[in-house]
Amino acid sequence: MQKISRFDIINRLKDLLADGNVDRVLGWKKGEFRYDVTPHVFTSAQELEADFVWGDFCGANFSKYLIKETAKSDKKVAVLLKPCDTYSFNQLLTEHRFDREKVYAVGVACDGMADIFKIKKITGDGISDIKENGEDLDVYTIYDEKPVKIKKTDVLSERCLSCKSKKHAAYDELLGGDGDVLDSNRFDEVAKIEAMTEEERYAFWQGELSRCIRCNACRDVCPACTCEKCVFDNPNSGMENKSPANEFEEKLFHIIRAFHVAGRCTDCGECSRVCPQRIPLHLLNRKFIKDINAFYGEYQAGEVVGSRAPLVDFDKEDVEPKNAVGKEDK
Amino acid sequence: MQQRIGVFVCHCGTNIAATVDVSAVAAALGREPGVVFARDYQYMCSQAGQDMIKDAIKEYKLTGIVVCSCSPRMHEATFRKTAAAAGINPYMVEIANIREQCSWIHKDKDEGTEKAIILGRAAIAKVCLNVPLTAGEIPVTKRALVIGGGIAGIQTALDIADAGFEVDIVEKKPTIGGKMAQLDKTFPTLDCAACILTPKMVDAGQNEKIHIYSYSEVVSVGGFVGNFTVQIKKKARYVDETKCTGCGLCTEKCPVKNVPNEFNLGMDTRHAVYIPFAQAVPKVATIDPNYCLMLKNGKCGLCSKLCGAGAINYKQEDEIIENKYGAIVAATGYNPISMDKFDEFAYSQSKDVITSLEFERLMNAAGPTGGVLLRPSDNEHPKTIVFVQCVGSRCSADAGKGKEYCSKICCMYTAKHAMLTREKYPDTDVYVFYIDVRTPGKNFDEFYRRAAEQYGVHYIKGMVGKVSPEGKKLKVRGSDLIADKQLHIDADLVVLAAAIEPDKTARPLATMLTASMDTNDFFTEAHPKLRPVESPTAGVFLSGCCQGPKDIPETVAQAGAAASKVIGLLCHDKLTANPCVAHSDEWMCNGCSSCENVCPYHAITYVEKEFRMPDRTTKIRRVASVNPAVCQGCGACTVACPSGAMDLFGFSGKQISAEVDAICR
Amino acid sequence: MQVNEYKPLIVAFCCNWCSYAGADLAGNNRLNYPADVKIIRVPCSCRVNPAFVLRAYQRGADGVLICGCHPGDCHYTTGNYYTRRRMALLFSMLSYLGIEKERTRVEWISAAEGAKFAATMNEFVKTVTDLGKNRRLEDLRCKK
Repeated sequence: MQKISRFDIINRLKDLLADGNVDRVLGWKKGEFRYDVTPHVFTSAQELEADFVWGDFCGANFSKYLIKETAKSDKKVAVLLKPCDTYSFNQLLTEHRFDREKVYAVGVACDGMADIFKIKKITGDGISDIKENGEDLDVYTIYDEKPVKIKKTDVLSERCLSCKSKKHAAYDELLGGDGDVLDSNRFDEVAKIEAMTEEERYAFWQGELSRCIRCNACRDVCPACTCEKCVFDNPNSGMENKSPANEFEEKLFHIIRAFHVAGRCTDCGECSRVCPQRIPLHLLNRKFIKDINAFYGEYQAGEVVGSRAPLVDFDKEDVEPKNAVGKEDK
Repeated sequence: MQQRIGVFVCHCGTNIAATVDVSAVAAALGREPGVVFARDYQYMCSQAGQDMIKDAIKEYKLTGIVVCSCSPRMHEATFRKTAAAAGINPYMVEIANIREQCSWIHKDKDEGTEKAIILGRAAIAKVCLNVPLTAGEIPVTKRALVIGGGIAGIQTALDIADAGFEVDIVEKKPTIGGKMAQLDKTFPTLDCAACILTPKMVDAGQNEKIHIYSYSEVVSVGGFVGNFTVQIKKKARYVDETKCTGCGLCTEKCPVKNVPNEFNLGMDTRHAVYIPFAQAVPKVATIDPNYCLMLKNGKCGLCSKLCGAGAINYKQEDEIIENKYGAIVAATGYNPISMDKFDEFAYSQSKDVITSLEFERLMNAAGPTGGVLLRPSDNEHPKTIVFVQCVGSRCSADAGKGKEYCSKICCMYTAKHAMLTREKYPDTDVYVFYIDVRTPGKNFDEFYRRAAEQYGVHYIKGMVGKVSPEGKKLKVRGSDLIADKQLHIDADLVVLAAAIEPDKTARPLATMLTASMDTNDFFTEAHPKLRPVESPTAGVFLSGCCQGPKDIPETVAQAGAAASKVIGLLCHDKLTANPCVAHSDEWMCNGCSSCENVCPYHAITYVEKEFRMPDRTTKIRRVASVNPAVCQGCGACTVACPSGAMDLFGFSGKQISAEVDAICR
Repeated sequence: MQVNEYKPLIVAFCCNWCSYAGADLAGNNRLNYPADVKIIRVPCSCRVNPAFVLRAYQRGADGVLICGCHPGDCHYTTGNYYTRRRMALLFSMLSYLGIEKERTRVEWISAAEGAKFAATMNEFVKTVTDLGKNRRLEDLRCKK
């Protein structure tokens, strides 16, 4: 159960539209299934009433949409941002990707999002509906009339289990109050992989990355991947590649993708959320974040607008690559 | 357009041809795609070789050429000119370095040949992607900066000023003159250093083209050749330079008299307000804030009361001056190394073990003893003097102390010291311990022989193992390698010919100038033989001992050479800019500012620009714009740019990738 | 004996001002190092895009070196500081993916360090030879 209700959010959004401050709202729209929520630009109260949803499957981070949305009109657009989304929001502002003046940021409190893949593991694929019932989810399936009761905490998505902050880094107003920056265990998984032997690491990633189908979902959803033209689509870049033709290309894509967002990635976890192959892509990004913290001091992208990303910065006493790499190796 | 590439493989006499089968290289490269002409020749850089290139360009309508020869650092410019003379763009030239990076390091001919072919292939792959580039022009600020006011800096400044250009000298001490001002006589002519130096100091002080910032330091250097911006910190000397007449009254009456006098290397004292020596330029007093009672605790003020000119100003503060220069000359000089690590010579235990520079002061008429040679400990005439050469010079790298190089000047000044001592005090026994006596200068060997033969100086080949003070004597134990015996000498004075090292300010200065240094902190020259007074950084020149140990005639010669290079630069109104600069594809630019953040020259700015979009709308986008006159072409931005919008002419992503591919083929 | 026959392919990116000059000096002094090392000249080590490193591996390189001026001595003042950060992160990532970390390296070699250049190359070639062929980051389509 989320702290703030759909009803409260809709009412506030309707007010905003009525005031004429904003003429559209970036929010979550219901999809074919309850868990299949889509980003949408709402322009009227009626539309909101009909299609707006808020609940445990509203994972989508809208920050990136603001680049195109703000360019469309001179009127303000309202955007709903969960705490983790606000970091991406700030990072994009740091990179001058949209005009802050054209955005009305509504921060919504978030209790974590459920992972449909985890639910399906319990119930099977044939889910017809999911109802929120206190701390539980009632999952209705085509196999049985009675719902399967699942504790939401058991199916919380990976990124929410290691949530780094319930505090909004940016907003114009808050719905549902603000939380705190949390002591997150988000690097534990990375440390586990680091602790493996070289061969084990190789085998691990070989197993993960070989599943990549190069659908580009991770790139397309990533709020840090906002290039006008992506290097992978650019025949002049020298690294254009469109398909995971072999092991090398799988790795090339994921290394370069993670490297390009290194120091800019806010760890919003969208890449892993949208990956249809369930590749733990956030573990690549987090490796960079962990290294940056260890080598160059704690840095959280998007915490402050205008902060200097670690890769466009330096210190004269920076660690040498040969002393930095594999320090954690046994 | 299909490229038509010509390949020219140089034998470099036998330098390349000995370990690389040049005709096989030409034949193999001739089969590469795009290559329409390939030939080898004895000396490509010779007139005949260049003519051959020109003829081939015309005859085969070549669009680009690859020269497989020595390092591009050597002859890239030569072959670019050749190409331009034959009517193709000079930037359609690539060099495959098959000498320094191939024939000279590989002994096996098959291996060398194979590698030369691969290097040639990479150059061909690159040149096929070269685009004609046109160099822009940048203006030149017609003013030079000389950092260091010793004989090197003075001579450089005088020569530059002579050619009619403004020149500033920055000297960290209160007066110019440097080490030479401290010397007594100079070898091999034995004329007095002050007699030949001080007129030059006066010339520099009076020259209207020369401005001296004494008691000042360079704190930052920005910009690039022709357009440096330099910040100079004028340290507070608490005396108004424009008012002080240099009468010296304050320096006599100042009640603080016990300040170690650095000009005499601490062998006597001076007052808290002082003029380093009588012929100082500028002849202006300086107050030492570490000792002045007024500055320390606000009590005294005597100098201020005495000064008729009203020049004393206790409230003076450090001042930062920013000037623009077209060229900068480093003339930061040298210092004798510290004797701390050479305790076997008892330098720190006995006042009578001194360095050669201290000996200069003892012999100098303006020195602490008025030119009478007296032992520092008891002011008695030393009867037996031992000179030890190579103290800290020519040390083995793993000795953990001293320098590996030869300090060059010690043999000669030691001969001079020995000779002068014997001349003034014929009753003195003088011993010189040496490893070798090196005298390869004009009249140098004659000078040394005169010391040994006519003046009866005892030259002993061998090193001193230990000096131990015993009573009034210094027990010197050394070996005589020629006689093959151990020597014990009871000396009254031991003089150590300490190695010389670059001044400590040189290293931070090199960082500011982005001029490279060797492991000993001597500035490196652009080419050790062909460009000895230029640093690899354009617009930065080297004068004197900051480049390597030198005696006075060499220093003056190099100072003049550096000046002539500066003059050659400043007499241009405009310089040709490096066209290998960054450029941004505006359609791909995200406007994220990553490139702007990493640019060391602030060459990248962002502009709001209107774009006509494919859907016929217009859109204002924030895009990067590179100022090609300011960009130096490092390429930091190209990697910082996530979208790849930023690329570098001459070293484009595609070109480097093509080289990688060709090498790994 | 087959093992000794293995010749690694090593790509060394050298900055024009320091390391490339250092390589020239090694040549001037006739200091031998294996012909397996092929040098690509770049204006500054900061021009080396991680993509170039990966491309070299793709095309069959067994080791990649990035050589620049010593930190603090960059001809462009700060270029190698960025190189240092970029490559520390890239190498760390490669190691994280199980690619042998010894294959890729950054070395600071000044224009005066011809001997260091040759020694570094000798040592690196030996390291890579001991590691053997690069199998974990290769593109079989690019194999001869």
